[in-house]
Amino acid sequence: MIDYNKILSERTVKLQPSGIRKFFEILDEVKGVISLTVGQPDFVTPWHIREVAMRSLEDGETYYTANNGMIGLRTEISKYLERKFELSYDPKNEVIVTIGGSEAIDLGIRALVNPGDEVIIPVPSFVCYGPMTELACGKPVFVNTYEKDKFKLTPEALKAAITDKTKLLILPFPNNPTGAIMTREELTEIADIIRDTAIMVLSDEIYAELTYGRKHVSFASLPGMRERTIVVNGFSKAYAMTGWRMGYVAAPHEICEQMHKIHQYCIMCAPTTSQFAAIEALKNGDPDIAEMTAEYNRRRRLIVDGLRKIGLSCFEPEGAFYVYPNISGFGMTSNEFCERLLREEKVAIVPGTAFGECGEGFARISYAYSVKHINTALEKIEKFVNKYKK
Amino acid sequence: MDILKLLETNSKLTPSQLAVMCDMSVEAVNSKIKEYEEKGIILGYKTIIDWDKTEREYVSAMIELKVAPQKDLGFDRIAERICLHPEVQSVSLMSGGYDLLVVIEGKTMREVSNFVFNRLATMDGVVSTATHFMLRKYKDKGVIYNSDEEDKRGNIL
Repeated sequence: MIDYNKILSERTVKLQPSGIRKFFEILDEVKGVISLTVGQPDFVTPWHIREVAMRSLEDGETYYTANNGMIGLRTEISKYLERKFELSYDPKNEVIVTIGGSEAIDLGIRALVNPGDEVIIPVPSFVCYGPMTELACGKPVFVNTYEKDKFKLTPEALKAAITDKTKLLILPFPNNPTGAIMTREELTEIADIIRDTAIMVLSDEIYAELTYGRKHVSFASLPGMRERTIVVNGFSKAYAMTGWRMGYVAAPHEICEQMHKIHQYCIMCAPTTSQFAAIEALKNGDPDIAEMTAEYNRRRRLIVDGLRKIGLSCFEPEGAFYVYPNISGFGMTSNEFCERLLREEKVAIVPGTAFGECGEGFARISYAYSVKHINTALEKIEKFVNKYKK
Repeated sequence: MDILKLLETNSKLTPSQLAVMCDMSVEAVNSKIKEYEEKGIILGYKTIIDWDKTEREYVSAMIELKVAPQKDLGFDRIAERICLHPEVQSVSLMSGGYDLLVVIEGKTMREVSNFVFNRLATMDGVVSTATHFMLRKYKDKGVIYNSDEEDKRGNIL
């Protein structure tokens, strides 16, 4: 008999499984749930994009493409980054098309991190940065962000986290789960701190198109920051294309050359059908983004207002499609609150602790749902809150 | 415009919900709605019902009418007269092979046929009719009938 405890990779075994798995198992048990848990758009990919993908299949475009993606797509990505965020990347050797934003993050971390290097990760944030750092033998250094700071990374918190081992700073804004964004001024303060260091930045801008009231600023567009920044972006959130698995990374060619090797050996190339769809999205998808963003914005206002009227303190998110209300006033942990809400009112929201210990006292609510669905859920949450209000 | 678009998809939204979603005050929403109603921009609030799921006997038909236009009045006069019948759900002037498209609802096919023969075909100015009975409705007023509402999205953080 094989003793798997002895045989499996120690580093992999040590990885924590995603904390939310147990909650999702309970969610599967309960019938008739109004769920607000999903981290992806409720829109279907716009028809013209799907049509181009289908045509590519009809035409037999079923080969591997170049490792880093079709040059036509890289060129469109480069034009898009310039048009939207004032960034300039050479499509020839500074853009790699990846399997979603996740692969792009992995490439960036692995291309930079040496064993023992520290990676600063503002939390709460998407759950992959820590484990990916550990797989690269780096050391995650989590920096809490707070409701009072609108869940932004403050210069003070960053300074306190920097050591002589700091290699990389992750900038996960607009943020999942909080909906926080960083303005140009706030990013400039971050840039000023790292300007005279050798610290690199991985800016995960997957939600860049989903901001409300002001335009997203890419960290790489700030003076002097391009040379030390890896920009991660993709099609999932902006164009409602999660299932296509289309992301990309843009960085100076010296870094791209290293990322390219990892991508080449692990992935070969992103799916060809999806690449055709992505070209169409970049060429003709601006009106779709405008329409979807306007709809998200209406739901965002509705749900923030609804939660506040119920009596939950709720920081006003300016990006992504999540709200992150404070649920600490009920004498329950986030897990208890969410589990009871699920069992008693059949409404599912994600306990903040799914995003790390710093999420205690909070919950993530997704508004990638119809207005009708949101209103029904709000009524049920209100009933629950009134029952346990102290 | 936002208010109109929202009400068009769901007229049950309350003024306070509309106010929040459009970033306006409740008073402003109320007065805007009143203005739309007075100007005849908002003409009514109706409910979309899938009658096939009820006991009600129900049939509807689209009738293409060719009409001889009248001097000075064009198609308006005859269109207005057709509108007066309660069986008539909609009347539109069309481009192409015929002039007016009339949608009629009735309890039975016989009732609808009788209406076409006795009322529409005999009107002054009506040159010809072509009746198409609707067999099944898949989508109406932007709403898909019998849609499978299951959320297939995976639970991904």
